[in-house]
Amino acid sequence: MTWPVLGFFNTSTGKKVGMGVTGFVVVGFVIAHMAGNLQVFMGPEKLNQYAAFLVSLGGLLWVLRGIILLAAVLHVIFATQVTLQSWRARPSSYAVYRYQASSYAARTMRLGGPMLALFIIYHLLHLTFGVVQPAGEAFDPHHVYNNVVYGFQVWWLSALYIVAMGLLALHIWHGVSSMLQSVGLNHPKWNPWRFGLSALVAGAVALGNISMPLAVLAGLIQPA
Amino acid sequence: MLDAKIPAGPIEQKWDTHKFKLKLVNPANKRRFHIIVVGSGLAGASAAATLAELGYDVSVFCYQDSPRRAHSIAAQGGINAAKNYQNDGDSIYRLFYDTVKGGDYRSREANVYRLAQVCNQIIDHCVAQGVPFAREYGGMLANRSFGGAQVSRTFYARGQTGQQLLLGAYSALSRQIGLDKVKMHTRHELLELVVVDGRVRGITTRDMVTGELGSHAADAVVLATGGYGNVFYLSTNAKGCNVTAAFRAYQKGALFANPCYTQIHPTCIPVTGEHQSKLTLMSESLRNDGRIWVPKNKGDTRPPDHIPEAERDYYLERRYPAFGNLVPRDVASRAAKGVCDEGRGVGPGGLGVYLDFSEAIERLGKAAIAEKYGNLFQMYAKITADDPYEVPMRIFPAVHYTMGGLWVDYNLMTTIDGLFAIGEANFSDHGANRLGASALMQGLADGYFVLPYTIGDYLARSGNNPQDTTDGEFQSSREAASARIAKLLTIKGERTPDAFHRQLGKLLWDTCGMSRNGPGLETAMAEIPKIRDEFWQNLKLAGSPDGLNQTLEKAGRVADFIDFAELMVIDAHHRTESCGGHFREESQTEEGEALRDDDKFSYVAAWERSDNPAQPTLHKEPLTFEHVLPSTRSYK
Amino acid sequence: MQFTLKVWRQADREATGDFVTYPVDDISADTSFLELLDILNERLLARGDEPIAFDHDCREGICGTCGCMVNGFAHSHERETTLCQLHMRSFTDGETIIIEPWRSRAFPVLKDLIVDRSAFDRIIQSGGFIAICAGSAPDANATPIPKEAADRAMDAAACIGCGACVAACPNAAAMLFTSAKIAQLASLPQGHPERIERVKKMVSTMELSGFGSCTNHGECEAACPKGISVNFIAKLNRELIRAALWG
Repeated sequence: MTWPVLGFFNTSTGKKVGMGVTGFVVVGFVIAHMAGNLQVFMGPEKLNQYAAFLVSLGGLLWVLRGIILLAAVLHVIFATQVTLQSWRARPSSYAVYRYQASSYAARTMRLGGPMLALFIIYHLLHLTFGVVQPAGEAFDPHHVYNNVVYGFQVWWLSALYIVAMGLLALHIWHGVSSMLQSVGLNHPKWNPWRFGLSALVAGAVALGNISMPLAVLAGLIQPA
Repeated sequence: MLDAKIPAGPIEQKWDTHKFKLKLVNPANKRRFHIIVVGSGLAGASAAATLAELGYDVSVFCYQDSPRRAHSIAAQGGINAAKNYQNDGDSIYRLFYDTVKGGDYRSREANVYRLAQVCNQIIDHCVAQGVPFAREYGGMLANRSFGGAQVSRTFYARGQTGQQLLLGAYSALSRQIGLDKVKMHTRHELLELVVVDGRVRGITTRDMVTGELGSHAADAVVLATGGYGNVFYLSTNAKGCNVTAAFRAYQKGALFANPCYTQIHPTCIPVTGEHQSKLTLMSESLRNDGRIWVPKNKGDTRPPDHIPEAERDYYLERRYPAFGNLVPRDVASRAAKGVCDEGRGVGPGGLGVYLDFSEAIERLGKAAIAEKYGNLFQMYAKITADDPYEVPMRIFPAVHYTMGGLWVDYNLMTTIDGLFAIGEANFSDHGANRLGASALMQGLADGYFVLPYTIGDYLARSGNNPQDTTDGEFQSSREAASARIAKLLTIKGERTPDAFHRQLGKLLWDTCGMSRNGPGLETAMAEIPKIRDEFWQNLKLAGSPDGLNQTLEKAGRVADFIDFAELMVIDAHHRTESCGGHFREESQTEEGEALRDDDKFSYVAAWERSDNPAQPTLHKEPLTFEHVLPSTRSYK
Repeated sequence: MQFTLKVWRQADREATGDFVTYPVDDISADTSFLELLDILNERLLARGDEPIAFDHDCREGICGTCGCMVNGFAHSHERETTLCQLHMRSFTDGETIIIEPWRSRAFPVLKDLIVDRSAFDRIIQSGGFIAICAGSAPDANATPIPKEAADRAMDAAACIGCGACVAACPNAAAMLFTSAKIAQLASLPQGHPERIERVKKMVSTMELSGFGSCTNHGECEAACPKGISVNFIAKLNRELIRAALWG
């Protein structure tokens, strides 16, 4: 193998470091995205102004979007490589196999990952491009607030978002602690913090994001 | 007359003088010499690695799936060296003295002195290899007193010293394999030695996966194949340990020395029933803090915590006040047998004594005991389902190590030219009893620091002599091995190899175990040929010779154990004195201690095969003592 | 006690295997698991059947030779226990026990329960050593080594190379095994001169041997009979990143 860079990413550790770092970028985006969207609780003006501000960034916005998109694509590529390697490594499976240590989150990474990818595509079509409009209302690119609220008034769409956020939380829960392990940020003394941090991020993302469809369904937030 | 080729001169200078006089092989020529090493334990792996480092072309064979698995790995307690890091009066001379005395004056002074000299280098080398020996908080190496030594000279890595030293040697060997300097053959078993005109030419092996028989020529062959403790069926040896390689060498004319010297280790876990397949040793370091006792009264079946202090007999402390629980292995084992014979043994069948840590736990705290012996306690608890922190351990002696082995001269060469034997496989340095933490020392001394010098001298003198393995002796060797396998498979009798092995083991344990007597040994001499006859008429095997066949492997080994057992019993019968691990009931003091007969038996008994297995020829190598004058070993 | 054993039987490397059911009765609770197989094998041989091939040697939990999947657990459902240390008292009377070999592309089955673990040896051969020749070492106490470092090295060095980590890993990865040796040598000053080359070579060999990729399930640590910690895997990752950055 050629060292340092190519050889490193040829190793499974290298791929996992890549997966972890790209995942870290995406998690950073998820948190920022959530923080921005929580302004929905502060009324339509605030959220629409925020959206307009993002659009006003122009080229910078596209640079940021490019970074996130690249991170997401690399994340999927690394994950696929690692998964294929592992599938190849055990051509015949056990008749009986029992888990002793693995968490539910760790075991659902490979199922949750593709499901989240599908959700993200739908999410973009729904609220970024306005291609799908399950609520039947016209998509107004300048009225993010109403787009969100109309969408979440559709109960099954809210349910889909809530389930997706559950999946996302599971993915982050294992992902963050696993990422820290992959880059070697592990010490017996600090490991409780490592697991605590990943649970905290996962919990915050889930609660923050789920609060929005729930608030719409509960009627706490009405269209403007 | 056997010539041990011991160099002249003062004992302190023998090895240095000898090293200088040994011929050297030109560095450019070393790669033309092919050396075969059989066995990959401490001795074999260290020898193979070192020979490859020197530039020889080396091939290694082992029956395990990896050289890392050899049974050296199971040694727990430690390795001795005369570093005197503890400033407690240790020296090369003291280690030499203790080892000769501990061996009950049945070892060669010159060899033992050399062992004591090179052992310090072993520690240096192993530390440099990354062996994680125990250390003090200041960063220096820790030592403990072990196995009856009055100084702290034992280096250790928790209770896994053998494992760590073996992995060190394995890593050195692996490096040479990776560099293509050593060709490794795992899952290969030696079936025959090829000897032409008194000189070893190579070996015939069976690939244990494919069943294929193969011949390998060499300029020298090194047997590092361990001891023969498994002749007793139940021992602390690994299940695969066998005498085949050494016995094949004997069959080809190598002399076998002192086969009756077997070491029975005092601290093993007692047998639980008929199903028992092997015995488990627990490091005798346990005796540093554990106190050994049995009830004072016969047939006292109360649980240990119900037996008051006044009704306990701490028999080692009582009989040997100076050494107490730390008397050498042979003494401790015999004492345990003694109290059990009196009917004071504990546990099922009355075959056990208590090893009690309650006093040490009270004095030092549970944590300190766990730190020192945690893994041993855990191992004990797994096997017995008893918690030794709460209930005293039950222990009983078990066959553990064999001091006898192929006779070798000072250069570690057998009586077959070019055939060397190292480690437990030779009769070596331990006399009639090995001291604790000396086996690791000897295996590595032979492999790292003795054989690499002496084998060069042989090769330089004998020259390079490439052999054709397709015909001649090699072919007949393959045919002999193949015929033997075919014979084993065509008997189609009723009894399995294990059944014969158990029968043989029981006979030997009863007649040639912890204590021996003339009539018992004569019974064994009469019984063994009957077992052999039945074996060759009534053995049952399944499967084919081609491919992996574990019962076939077992059968071949049992056949050799049966033949070897006869030799062992003959040796035990001829040596009517008691010495070290060999206790003849006819030869004991009034107090029941072993009584040597130096006038008659101060020699190495080296046996040469003859056509009648019941009458091998005895050769004697006289033992002379200039430095450690024989006296009665006293640990009182 | 009595048991029903469902044992994987496979004639050789190329053959396709299958489970065969064997009832065994009259077993003492103090019998070890391997002794149970011994007893079954004696009975099979007595009736002319070929005994079950299984690897074993020291039978005291240190050589690392034995091991197979027992009811879905590598070695045993008990923590820090090799197969040879498992006793029948840990099972319930009448239980059905499913026994199959380690399964991994890097560990092909040779016969029945025996697998070829030479991939582990090749990983060590590629760099799991300190390159020092006999005779050249300085005095053993020339370099003080903090007790903590020596203890950490010993924790890692306790690995017996049995392969349970690979067997139990949902990805059949060999990270725990490889990391234990790397961590042992990287914890000690003697191991530092070669640390960059060592991790590169050992990891490359591991990758080329067909093992899977670690995804931090922690099953290896749970299955390890010597309790080797996954913290050593993080250590390997740090060593590899160091090698990638500076090597």
